[in-house]
Amino acid sequence: MSKLISGATGEWEVVIGLEVHAQVTSNSKLFSGAATEFGAEPNTQVSLVDAAMPGMLPVINAYCVEQAVRTGLALDAQINLYSIFDRKNYFYADLPQGYQISQYKQPVVGEGIITLDLKDGETKEVGIERLHLEQDAGKSMHDQHPTMTYVDLNRSGVALMEIVSKPDMRSSEEAGAYLKKLRTILRYIGTCDGNMEQGSMRADVNVSVRKPGGPLGTRCEIKNVNSVRFVQQAIEYEARRQIDVIEDGGKIVQETRLYDVAQGVTRSMRSKEEAHDYRYFPDPDLLPLELDPAWVDEIKAGLPELPDEKKNRLMRDFGLSVYDAGVMVSEPEIGVYFEEVAKGRDPKQASNWVTGSLFAALNAKGVSITESPVTAANLGKLIDLIADNTISGRIAKDVFEIMVETGGDPAAIVEEKGLKQITDTGFIEGIVDRIIAENPGQVAQYDGGANPKVIGWFVGQVMKQSQGKANPAQVNELLKKKLG
Amino acid sequence: MSELTDLTIAGALSGLDKGEFTSRELTQAYIAEVENGRALNAFTTETPDKALEMADAADAARRSGDAGPLNGIPLAIKDLFCTKGVLTTASSHILDGFKPPYESSVTANLWRDGAVMLGKVSLDEFAMGSSNETSFYGPVQNPWRTTDGKARVPGGSSGGSAAAVAARLAMGATGTDTGGSIRQPASFCGLAGIKPTYGRCSRWGIIAFASSLDQAGPITRNVEDAAIMLRSMAGYDPKDSTSINTPVPDYRKALTGDIRGLKIGIPQEYRMDGTPPDVLALWDRGIQWMKDAGAQIVDISLPHTKYALATYYIVAPAEASSNLARYDGVRYGLREQGGNLIEMYENTRGAGFGEEVQRRILIGTYVLSAGYYDAYYLKAQKVRTLIAQDFEQAFGRVDAILTPTAPCSAFSPGEKSDDPISMYLNDVFTVPASLAGIPGMSVPAGICGAGLPLGLQILGRPFEEETVLKVGHVIEQAAAFGARPRIWWKEAA
Repeated sequence: MSKLISGATGEWEVVIGLEVHAQVTSNSKLFSGAATEFGAEPNTQVSLVDAAMPGMLPVINAYCVEQAVRTGLALDAQINLYSIFDRKNYFYADLPQGYQISQYKQPVVGEGIITLDLKDGETKEVGIERLHLEQDAGKSMHDQHPTMTYVDLNRSGVALMEIVSKPDMRSSEEAGAYLKKLRTILRYIGTCDGNMEQGSMRADVNVSVRKPGGPLGTRCEIKNVNSVRFVQQAIEYEARRQIDVIEDGGKIVQETRLYDVAQGVTRSMRSKEEAHDYRYFPDPDLLPLELDPAWVDEIKAGLPELPDEKKNRLMRDFGLSVYDAGVMVSEPEIGVYFEEVAKGRDPKQASNWVTGSLFAALNAKGVSITESPVTAANLGKLIDLIADNTISGRIAKDVFEIMVETGGDPAAIVEEKGLKQITDTGFIEGIVDRIIAENPGQVAQYDGGANPKVIGWFVGQVMKQSQGKANPAQVNELLKKKLG
Repeated sequence: MSELTDLTIAGALSGLDKGEFTSRELTQAYIAEVENGRALNAFTTETPDKALEMADAADAARRSGDAGPLNGIPLAIKDLFCTKGVLTTASSHILDGFKPPYESSVTANLWRDGAVMLGKVSLDEFAMGSSNETSFYGPVQNPWRTTDGKARVPGGSSGGSAAAVAARLAMGATGTDTGGSIRQPASFCGLAGIKPTYGRCSRWGIIAFASSLDQAGPITRNVEDAAIMLRSMAGYDPKDSTSINTPVPDYRKALTGDIRGLKIGIPQEYRMDGTPPDVLALWDRGIQWMKDAGAQIVDISLPHTKYALATYYIVAPAEASSNLARYDGVRYGLREQGGNLIEMYENTRGAGFGEEVQRRILIGTYVLSAGYYDAYYLKAQKVRTLIAQDFEQAFGRVDAILTPTAPCSAFSPGEKSDDPISMYLNDVFTVPASLAGIPGMSVPAGICGAGLPLGLQILGRPFEEETVLKVGHVIEQAAAFGARPRIWWKEAA
């Protein structure tokens, strides 16, 4: 699969790096005790520190540091036992302190790695440059009053992890895979809920283009993109825009751009010349962050099974394909569900049911697997009913549909609706004989097996007559015998 | 009842204990003095009702045997400490009408120990100045005047604190010291003032000037009172990440008068050209007192002293430029409307900050700017480390260091206002200890030719305030500083 983009002057390669802002899962903020719950009334989760009242001082929330370290460990990254909090100075109405406390030169987490799962089971490693902790700003609301801006400080001071990748991605697909994989990892370890719609995860996208093998081009940064799809669209637009500019004899200027979702275009926000001078310096209100190696080891020991480990285990222990295993680990809840279904059963069957009928049903209903009307236990029971010949695979589909609607127990549904498979050879034989007798034309067509496909038609007829309850294997066997 | 206001804190505590008078009586005497002393312009806010209420509570506590170490003692609070429900201005226009819904940790400690608040006292705007002339509420007068009756500044930035204590408008006052703001006004007003080790007093609830330097401390009439007040002010505070968790001793017990065998360092670099002979003579006298008391004098070198002032005037404005960014007119204090957000900022900050504050914000913004950071801020931090190492090495050889507090006695109003550099030079002896974070105290030790007080400074190892107080106490005894300013402000009233 070529990732190159063709232009008038030949092929171009796009180079992508991502800066992801992930909201740390924590009950309180990075430097204050205020709550962090999403969707609260404006300005109800604001401490004196968050509002930058005179004389107020930040105190680091140890749990947020733990979450950052946990994330670093999950990204197989260097944990820096000594790091510094800096002030990033700029004025804005929703930045009460007039600076954001962040980490500049010495972040808590250094280089790491993330393995992307691409199409057809391909993988690719993307480097992590660093991860640092910082405060979120408040929210300016410009649509509440004709001439005034309202400010909600609920988000002010909420802990974010900024996770910076190396410029290792070469296509929008890879960028999408990166975001999905990162989100999966964060959800597995519980350090960020990865909810892009609520703004728990946002991405700044750095894009440049170059001739394959040539030197890196000038990059543009697309700020604050809030869905995987928009990130991919923005990259595609931006790469094409840059190629067009260069091929038309122009030059790319380093600048910050915004992605206009409605128009599907990126627009210049400010150029390098207009860029803020953030005047970073170490925050004198905070001591350097020093971590005890034993504490880091403890966090490491407590890490849950990570998606890549789980994927390998599912392939090894359950014989799943790379693709199926990838799907099963894409969200922690799917893996848990699958493992419950597959335990002690045919894993291929379990996998087919989960990725096939179950996902289709969840999609149709627009619910997540945790809200699935069909519990893992009930889906397991359904598979058991097939395995012990209580119902046929076809009937199972009908039972499943009922389970989706009612959330009921499959055995009870089979019982109540009388869907139990018929294995009474005499009864099946009766139907077979009748159908053979009534359809001499098809019998002739079958021609004693010269035209074997026709047997399928006979099976269909028998199943229809038995309302799908006849055991298909028995039906096949009898037909073959009787048709000679 | 005028004699009540002549008592020291130690004396008043003893009188209260013995039932010779009540805190209400003591407080009433001071309220009267505060009213009589308005010509000094020391107070930004007087809180007589609150004072009497607190005095009554203190009296009740004493009756029930719950008297704290400062029970019933009327104090003035530098208007940089946030006081719950009481106007807190930092002597700046930009904090117009600001009444904090919280109490600073240091003042909360004082109230916990039974102290009484007389009101808030003036300072240089945001503690930036050495003369208390940059206050939005007008300059503060030094109660001391020259022998021929000329007015003098009280020093700064804790000028209101020093003026109030020297004029007997309060028994003691809180101050804050970033580069000398407790020690220099104490020297100018004939008082004791100690800046403890950085981290000894919580900064929580004190309006920040330069966070890595700011430290609270008391200004009192003598060393013993400073020891009493400091004990109440100091203490670990989990709300301040730079606060240090180490026990607070009873500093009064350190005042034994016995410094035999103690090694006192005399830094050669502090003998600067142009220092007035009065100041040098007093320093020599101090050295002699030390010898007389059985201490050993050791000549030491603090080689990076000459860079201290330049370093300070990079680090402090840099931090200030960031600390003062929050005064933007959005949430509290002054707001001057504008056509858009940037205009509102410009109008508010342009009107709200005085000239000196604006100057320091500009300097600080400049030294942190891209392309200048390494040459200024980073280099200053490196020199700061060298200055701290100078002291570390010196304290390997000596137990305390003796220097003058300021290069002159109190100067005339307006004398240095148009020349910021000469104003900054006033901090030359106090700034090094601030940069190193070590404790320093000024003790009144003599009178200059013009009839104004002069102080000597004692520096000590980190968290060895006891040694500093002990040595200061010996100087105080030897100097027998009994001079008092002539009371002119009552006539003015």
